[in-house]
Amino acid sequence: MRTENQRGWLFVLPVLVLVAFNALVPLMTVVNYSVQETFGNNQFFWAGLRWFEEILRSERFHASLGRQLLFTVTILIIEVPLGVAIALAMPRQGLWVPVCLVLMALPLLIPWNVVGAMWNIFTLPDIGLLGYALNNTLGIDYNMTQSPVAAWITVIVMDVWHWTSLVVLLAYAGLISIPEAYYQAAKIDGASNWSVFRYIQLPKMKRVLTIAILLRFMDSFNIYTEPFVLTGGGPGNSTTLLSIDLVKVALGQFDLGPAAAMSLIYFAITLAVSWLFYTLMTRDDQ
Amino acid sequence: MRPRSLVPILYILFLLLPIYWLVAMSFKTTNEILGGFSLFPQEFTLDNYTAIFTDPSWYWGYINSIIYVSLNTVISLAAALPAAYAFSRYRFIGDKHLFFWLLTNRMAPAAVFALPFFQLYSSVGLFDTHLAVALAHCLFNIPLAVWILEGFMSGVPKELDETAYVDGYSFPRFFITIFIPAIKAGVGVAAFFCFMFSWVELLLAKTLTAVEAKPIAATMTRTASSAGYELGLLAAAGVLTIIPGAIVIYFVRNYIAKGFALGRV
Repeated sequence: MRTENQRGWLFVLPVLVLVAFNALVPLMTVVNYSVQETFGNNQFFWAGLRWFEEILRSERFHASLGRQLLFTVTILIIEVPLGVAIALAMPRQGLWVPVCLVLMALPLLIPWNVVGAMWNIFTLPDIGLLGYALNNTLGIDYNMTQSPVAAWITVIVMDVWHWTSLVVLLAYAGLISIPEAYYQAAKIDGASNWSVFRYIQLPKMKRVLTIAILLRFMDSFNIYTEPFVLTGGGPGNSTTLLSIDLVKVALGQFDLGPAAAMSLIYFAITLAVSWLFYTLMTRDDQ
Repeated sequence: MRPRSLVPILYILFLLLPIYWLVAMSFKTTNEILGGFSLFPQEFTLDNYTAIFTDPSWYWGYINSIIYVSLNTVISLAAALPAAYAFSRYRFIGDKHLFFWLLTNRMAPAAVFALPFFQLYSSVGLFDTHLAVALAHCLFNIPLAVWILEGFMSGVPKELDETAYVDGYSFPRFFITIFIPAIKAGVGVAAFFCFMFSWVELLLAKTLTAVEAKPIAATMTRTASSAGYELGLLAAAGVLTIIPGAIVIYFVRNYIAKGFALGRV
């Protein structure tokens, strides 16, 4: 049991200062911009909630948000079951375990723009391994820079390549924490593979899967670098996810007010979904 | 061999294919790359690597990245260790809210913060220093480090603390000589994740630097656009960014899986 001790505040003070410096100051700057209008020259005028109303009604924002949601939902539907399935199929012990873990963790440690560049090189129609194989060996017409469907599939496959290992590592960590006795008991009771999964493995993995889904949701919802390097948001606007659109507005057009309002709406959506999910998943633990 | 062990093997093959292609490209000459498709390098060349190791604007990118990543790992751990201890041992006003608030900082899209970060670090005179990037990455690394360390610390029985007090240890001495060694696996895992997320992040690192502390990943984007289409050079630089991560992961391979499993939630 934890003891009541206000000294705790002293201990968390360094963390508080560092994170507050990085989080609150920029956040206040963004809030500040979101209610003002500027015509350059560092002159600002009060704009009230106009930007928020404008963004919430804008079709461009709805379209980016729609693409973002489609992307996040798709990768979650693919990565979570796939990650669990791979973790279940991994050996529990032996020489291969560290080899598997190291190789699987490799994509997680590659800088995000290198991931984008690597997939770009990999999928070039004439000289990339995948692009060449699809076009010339399998005879499928594949060109990411022209077909929105191909661009979407490539961005999703890239994310599955990049992040499924995180789900695998977490699910595997949950699995190896299950004592052997549980499996023996299930064997004696004649439980099927499915019941072992449903009543022993899944409950034991619930905690780590919560973390996995939460991290994957947050990171995929904020994804910027990889799709930007790979497709630049194109062809057209077809792979312009929310972050890419935001940077276009903020740095490309230098519309600070609308960009700031958009950031805050964006942040609020992420926060609300994460909080809801966190609360639902930890409800039974209390 | 049982059919189900095919699943991890196929998955690993899928992971290695694009990496193989990057490595193969890095050993090809530009002529060969643009000349057409070849599965293996026909005229094996090390020119791309030589170009990187002899050009300061290239290899300084690696040194810069390694400096700020190490600095960030040290700062994150130094701040997170006492905080994680407080969360695992004490109850204090607002502790639960504080913990969730820390986590929310992982949710802020980096793209949102890019411009304000630039203004903030310029105004305190830290722009284009390694320290700026190291401090900025604390935003998402400290919450993660606290989260992981708290999990490991909660696994250490409280009797350890009490025995140390009875034996007359002062708190700092107990913390450094007894407690930290007891959770060294956790420190390793936390350090690994700090290293990883600081190493792979580019948007903030690029925003906060110009010349002096420019990270390798940013040097690569410059080359991709300005020097024509030097795919071989780009591939070689990419291969070299994978190596530090691969070394680190080898050292912590037995702990990575455990790290998140022991975290709170």
